[in-house]
Amino acid sequence: MAAVAAKADEFRKLGVQVLSCSTDSRFIHKMWQEHELAKMVPGGFPFPMLSDAGGRIGTIYGIFDEAGGVDVRGRFLIDPDGIVQAIEILTPPVGRKITEAIRQVHAYQHVRATGGAEVCPAGWEPGQPTLKVGPDLVGNVWKIWKPKE
Amino acid sequence: MADKKPQGCVQPAAGPIAPKPGPEAVPAAGEAPRKEATVSVMVGKPAPDFEASAFHEGNFKNIKLSDFKGQWVMLCFYPGDFTFV
Repeated sequence: MAAVAAKADEFRKLGVQVLSCSTDSRFIHKMWQEHELAKMVPGGFPFPMLSDAGGRIGTIYGIFDEAGGVDVRGRFLIDPDGIVQAIEILTPPVGRKITEAIRQVHAYQHVRATGGAEVCPAGWEPGQPTLKVGPDLVGNVWKIWKPKE
Repeated sequence: MADKKPQGCVQPAAGPIAPKPGPEAVPAAGEAPRKEATVSVMVGKPAPDFEASAFHEGNFKNIKLSDFKGQWVMLCFYPGDFTFV
């Protein structure tokens, strides 16, 4: 979560509301914020820290680990219509790479801005060419896009 | 804030909020009422709404996912505060 906090300005610029969620109570969130997160990142974690008591929310999102009684690392990107666009789920020992989440936000926002007329190929980064969907593109992707080494 | 309620030890929150059932979901007379449908999350499908108690900017409050309709939301679950990763 500290890694997300460090990119808070970037999420704000993109108009993304971040919500963190674990099975800890709101009191534990306060202690974590004050005793650790604020020491990792100036100001700590600036977004709402949600408490999923009993893992009921994690259960419907499919990321509650009953044996451990915790929510595993699930990241859900939700668009302004409330539609889930991207999901990433990791078991606890490996952390996320937050720049990949940001890249996906850029990509989905671009697709949405074009009304779906443009799509983002593998490895797409902001500023790189997109693909214009249509019959003319069929069999011609190779002219526009190739995998990089 | 004068209207601020004192915070008790336990803050009830709705948790998962089931979508309102359509007319077809109403059980016929004599039929046992259906159990709460299991929601599965899938890309391209609506994110299930929920309400949770939360800590934000020094305060406690309840937050619903639907409070942020019209905005991009990144919802990040993690195993627990003070975990190492």
